[in-house]
Amino acid sequence: MKKRPLPTSRIFLVLIFIFLYAPIALLIAFSFNSTKSRTVWSGFTFDWYRQLFQDSAIMSSLWTTLTVSIFAALIATVAGTFAAIGLNNMRRRWQSPLLAVSNIPVINADIVTGVSLCLLFVSLGAVLKFELGFGTLLIAHITFNIPYVILSVMPKLRQLDKNLVDAAQDLGCTWFQAFYKVIIPEIMPGIINGMIIAFTMSIDDFVISYFTAGSQVQTLSMTIYSMTRRRISPKINAVSTLLFVFVLIMLLIINFREVRQEERVKKQNSHHHS
Amino acid sequence: MKLRTLAIPYVGWMALFVVTPVVIILAYAVTNSGGAFSLESFAKMGDYISVFIRSFLLAVISTVICIIIGYPVAYILAKERPRLQRILLMLVMLPMWMNFLLRTYAWMSILENTGLLNRLLTAVGLPAVGIINTPGAVVIGMVYNFLPFMILPVYSVIVKIDRSLIEAAQDLGAGGLTIFRKVIFPLSLPGVLSGITMVFVPAVSTFVISQLLGGGSNMLLGDLIEMQFLGTAYNPHLGSAIAFVMMIVVMLCMWLMNKFGAGEEQAVML
Repeated sequence: MKKRPLPTSRIFLVLIFIFLYAPIALLIAFSFNSTKSRTVWSGFTFDWYRQLFQDSAIMSSLWTTLTVSIFAALIATVAGTFAAIGLNNMRRRWQSPLLAVSNIPVINADIVTGVSLCLLFVSLGAVLKFELGFGTLLIAHITFNIPYVILSVMPKLRQLDKNLVDAAQDLGCTWFQAFYKVIIPEIMPGIINGMIIAFTMSIDDFVISYFTAGSQVQTLSMTIYSMTRRRISPKINAVSTLLFVFVLIMLLIINFREVRQEERVKKQNSHHHS
Repeated sequence: MKLRTLAIPYVGWMALFVVTPVVIILAYAVTNSGGAFSLESFAKMGDYISVFIRSFLLAVISTVICIIIGYPVAYILAKERPRLQRILLMLVMLPMWMNFLLRTYAWMSILENTGLLNRLLTAVGLPAVGIINTPGAVVIGMVYNFLPFMILPVYSVIVKIDRSLIEAAQDLGAGGLTIFRKVIFPLSLPGVLSGITMVFVPAVSTFVISQLLGGGSNMLLGDLIEMQFLGTAYNPHLGSAIAFVMMIVVMLCMWLMNKFGAGEEQAVML
């Protein structure tokens, strides 16, 4: 496709990006507004950012969101990687149905996953005497994260040359050495990608958390939801702006590193050729 | 030790946290509050037929709009220079990192009767519009939230189309439009299909967007389910029955999609 894009397509693209970013620009702008209004601009202030750190409700829900997302992403990454390796070495007639079951939380609407886990936790809790809380929230997050890790590790495993593992073992590697010196490094990009997806899914989730966290624990999304019934404090705009800027910086760093790596690879290749 | 044994813990986990919840949903759906077998929840769903129709209609409209807007965006993106492509792609994904409740809430500030849109309109001498609390506002919210889910899978398919196929079509005398119609579009269909499910499923099941932008009068299936579990009309049996129907519909959609050949990998091209 070598034709230069037409200017009309550029204009269309700009309009779409305005559509995508107008609400975000609005949210960020009004985190600096000196009154609580979300439509009338009355002057610049940093007050909401200062008050944010004294608001125990917002800070504790932010803490819950971050801890649950980090733990769920890490646990799901380890569990999902092991599961993917195991599934990949099974015969097709076992692998396909198990993968289909594994994908149920990905395919189902969030609300269906949420209420079904809610019913499970309530019934189990009645028998084993526990209440919905951080534990059930974490289990729910791990459950919907694992399939994303598997889906991102699986293609890498399929590309993996099966003879590599045999070769390593022939050369005297134990089973465990073959595993962590050959398989793991080969599929690392898939593992990292899976972890990023899992973390993103967790931090952005509202619906499943809403049904599985009970009444004692709140994630940031749940706090925001309870506020939408009354009025959202500009402090929420402030905390979201901070998170957004943090993600933006992370993405820029990752992007920058990828570009540099590619350039290095290109340079190396041209050296080899000359 | 065999590598396949590594999957055993996960099989146990799935049995407990994936399969059992589905079985419980089914069990609740086919029993009444006394615990006896009964199909009364399914019969009761008849009272909410208008909610079913509204949910499906709004989700279909939003999905169609997402295709109409998202397909050209994906197509234009795939034609850009690689470095610009990378930046634009990041810009498509970035909004998903701002809390979606908050983004939807921001649309409230834009669409409200005294909101920014109306102020802008009156400032340039146009009449104000009353969009908030209408089905139109709900559709805007859905399109806004789910558009990236259409753009990304379509883009990832178009960008992988083998260039030599297009050159071959050119050599054989096809014009730009013919190439698009006969080569690019058919090859991009798997991406469109996975985009359709990725937009339709969350759109048909949302309860936040309808609550914030639709006011109280535009209840959707998601609201109906939520009410039965955590809301005022506590009835987990009815809620489970609706959730079960929703699950069947979604599975049917996926089955149809797989029949048309969209792979599992594309479904998670996030």
